[in-house]
Amino acid sequence: MQTTTVFLILIALCVISFYTGRKRSQIVAMQHGGLDTLHSLPNHYGYMAAVWAALPALFVLLVWMGFESSVLHALVVGQLPQNIQQLPPDELGLYYNQVQGFARGAIDSAQLDEAQISAAEYYIRTVTSFSQMKATLVFVVAIIGALLAIRRVTPVFRARNHVEKIFEWVLFSSSFVAVLTTLGIVLSVMFEAIRFFQIIPVQDFLFGLQWSPQMAIRANQVAASGSFGFVPLLVGTLLISTVALLIAVPIGLMSAIYLSEYASRRFRAVTKPVLEILAGVPTVVYGFFAALTVAPFIREMGESVGLNVASESAMAAGLVMGIMIIPFVMSLSDDIINAVPVSLREASLGMGATMNETIRKVVLPAALPGIVGGILLAASRAIGETMIVVMAAGLSAKLTINPLEAVTTITVQIVTLLVGDQEFDNPKTLAAFALGLVLFFVTLLLNFIALHVVRKYREQYE
Amino acid sequence: MNSMSDSNRSNTTAAIAASLKKRYARERRFQWYGRLAVLTGFIFLFILLTDIVIKGSPAFTQHFIKLDIDFNTEVLGISQNATAEEISGADFSAVVKDSLRTMFPDVSGRKEKKALYRLISIRAEYTLRDMVLENPALLGTNAEVWLLAHSEAGSYLKGQVDASAPESDRKVKDIQVVWLDTLAKEGRTESRFNSTFFLSGDSREPELAGIKAALYGSLFTLLVTFCLAFPIGVLSAIYLEEFAPRNRLTDLIEININNLAAVPSIVFGLLGLAVFINFFELPRSAPLVGGVVLALMTLPTIIITSRAAIQAVPPSIQEAAMGVGASKLQTVFHHVLPVAMPGVLTGSIIGMAQALGETAPLLMIGMVAFIMDVPGGVTDPSTVLPVQIYLWADSPERGFTEKTSAAIMVLMAFLILMNGLAVYLRKRFELK
Repeated sequence: MQTTTVFLILIALCVISFYTGRKRSQIVAMQHGGLDTLHSLPNHYGYMAAVWAALPALFVLLVWMGFESSVLHALVVGQLPQNIQQLPPDELGLYYNQVQGFARGAIDSAQLDEAQISAAEYYIRTVTSFSQMKATLVFVVAIIGALLAIRRVTPVFRARNHVEKIFEWVLFSSSFVAVLTTLGIVLSVMFEAIRFFQIIPVQDFLFGLQWSPQMAIRANQVAASGSFGFVPLLVGTLLISTVALLIAVPIGLMSAIYLSEYASRRFRAVTKPVLEILAGVPTVVYGFFAALTVAPFIREMGESVGLNVASESAMAAGLVMGIMIIPFVMSLSDDIINAVPVSLREASLGMGATMNETIRKVVLPAALPGIVGGILLAASRAIGETMIVVMAAGLSAKLTINPLEAVTTITVQIVTLLVGDQEFDNPKTLAAFALGLVLFFVTLLLNFIALHVVRKYREQYE
Repeated sequence: MNSMSDSNRSNTTAAIAASLKKRYARERRFQWYGRLAVLTGFIFLFILLTDIVIKGSPAFTQHFIKLDIDFNTEVLGISQNATAEEISGADFSAVVKDSLRTMFPDVSGRKEKKALYRLISIRAEYTLRDMVLENPALLGTNAEVWLLAHSEAGSYLKGQVDASAPESDRKVKDIQVVWLDTLAKEGRTESRFNSTFFLSGDSREPELAGIKAALYGSLFTLLVTFCLAFPIGVLSAIYLEEFAPRNRLTDLIEININNLAAVPSIVFGLLGLAVFINFFELPRSAPLVGGVVLALMTLPTIIITSRAAIQAVPPSIQEAAMGVGASKLQTVFHHVLPVAMPGVLTGSIIGMAQALGETAPLLMIGMVAFIMDVPGGVTDPSTVLPVQIYLWADSPERGFTEKTSAAIMVLMAFLILMNGLAVYLRKRFELK
């Protein structure tokens, strides 16, 4: 039986348990002299029955699904002839994959030998009996759970407290998903990165000036042995991010100043949402815009003044990325400028300073830490941005700080390394995780500093 | 003494008066910088949108060419009363080629013939086959049939090709230009609404490519995302706002949520690849995995906005509920949450819009495959609209550029719809 079917029947069982529990509590209450004798509402007894039908059964289902494939693997391999069981693990894995593929109807029988076909038949039999066993087990657990809960229905039983206690745990586990996600990210990326560093030394990665991960994925492929120097990627990333910030910070900051200090309320009410559309445009759209419109335009411009511009120049990607983060810089600086106390402005204006002197000499210095924090957040956004650079930046890692040349970035390399063939014991695939680790910690660090700076700044005026 | 200070004062006044003009000029300049910055933002937005609309709008029409088709049984290689199976196997492309050759009898040579056949899309043979299958009496008769033009011919008919450019720079050759002009003069070309674009999946031929498969993929992915992110997000927000004790563990959870909001999306893709595909062995390219990854990514947005919405509920409502003896849980679910719901929904819709536009993490988990078939469930291989845009943008065929822009227009239309809904909900919420 399909897992979805099992799941749907389980939901139906929960609904039935709910009504049975509720009915049971009403009957019990009537025997003891009316509904008033119950500690909790009949619904609570129903919820209790439903929860006890659902939770243990779900637990069993999850555990089963977690172990199913490895048990299946062990059983099927145990059926194979001795000489095949002696094969090295990766060849055995390939052999097993073929069996699996045939059993699922993905591979033609012509590619397989006798033993594999019989193993595939055994595989199909086992899968069928497993899924029957799974369904039976889950349903039995659900029904037992519900029955036990329903048996406990008595007028003095505190069903509400019981249900609410369980529900508080459900609430807690939902919010714990965030912690598990972070843990999952750190562990998975770290685990693969460590495997990478076992093959490529850390210092070669961190200080190497050459990045060319053209490594053979399969043993018989012809390719140079790769070199994994991370510096050109870092420089490329920083170059594009710098161009982006040079566009976004002046425009975003000046817009924020104008909108919060000069503009009329109505102008501001119209302008701000319109500029924020820029933040809602999907990054893939920016990538398309950068690759097909901006990059050719910049190249033609450069050629008309005699400059040699690469068709995938860092300038194009950076410019478009800058456009993308304008609203981000704008709303962050807006918040921060508005947090500067009005009394500071009034003092300065009262001394006869003009508005722009007030802004430049009083408001901005007071807001500086917050603005720096905002710029750091924008920088972390730019460093982690993927689609624009994947579509508009180059692939070859060149160590240059000329924005008219093509450079590559960390995110571009992660994407190119992982799209297509993957082999989790090859440094080419594992390198992507090492890059991911660096990316994760760099953005984490930037955010941490930025949030710290912003909070410190806010506290100053509260 | 007195006159000294007087002259001093008048000196200062004079100095201030002299500098005033400069200071006011600077003030005006500063204001202009501000206006310029706002204007630049507007200009960027305007260029971006018009560029896409101009590039994309031709994709919503496609050209058809009328041909006199002779359903000659000899050319088709079947008999007059052929079975449906025989008709399906018949060579309908030969009929199309025959018809083109009769129309332009002076075409000779392999190369010219090939150029002539390239005027009509390869779908023509399937169109004719379906016609005959539906009405076998057509065999042996003549009929005028509108057939879909090849994407290159179509782009010439749409006026996108500059015929005065050197021939080597364009896909549509001089000889094809002559034929197409003749066809157009004879009234044999027609522009129609491009329904193929909405009704079919991806294709190698630009004129046959559509976004239906990608739209369904996006739908399934968002369904999974919503089913996971909405309940988990709202329950977390309730826990953190109403139940969480002040302790280290709660602090840890809050720090984690804030950090996750700033983690680059591609890192979630790495998580999906390493954990869901490599470790749990879930199917690659499936909306299930994509949905889970996007759910984890949008979770912080939903939690943060839901918390703000719950915080905004007046404490009097809670106190009233508690006062008549409701438990904490009853208070929250019967009274606080319903009042906060518009705000919670606004946040969730914004989160979903984010997920709809996201591309990078989905590339990691293999949703970049070439998908022609519309997926039927959350475990079928599929792609999503932004990834389809990425794939088409990468394709060297010129015909795909307009498809890409058109797909972007569809995607943006959905995003505007979702954000509009969010704004509407927020407005209604504010009125209360």
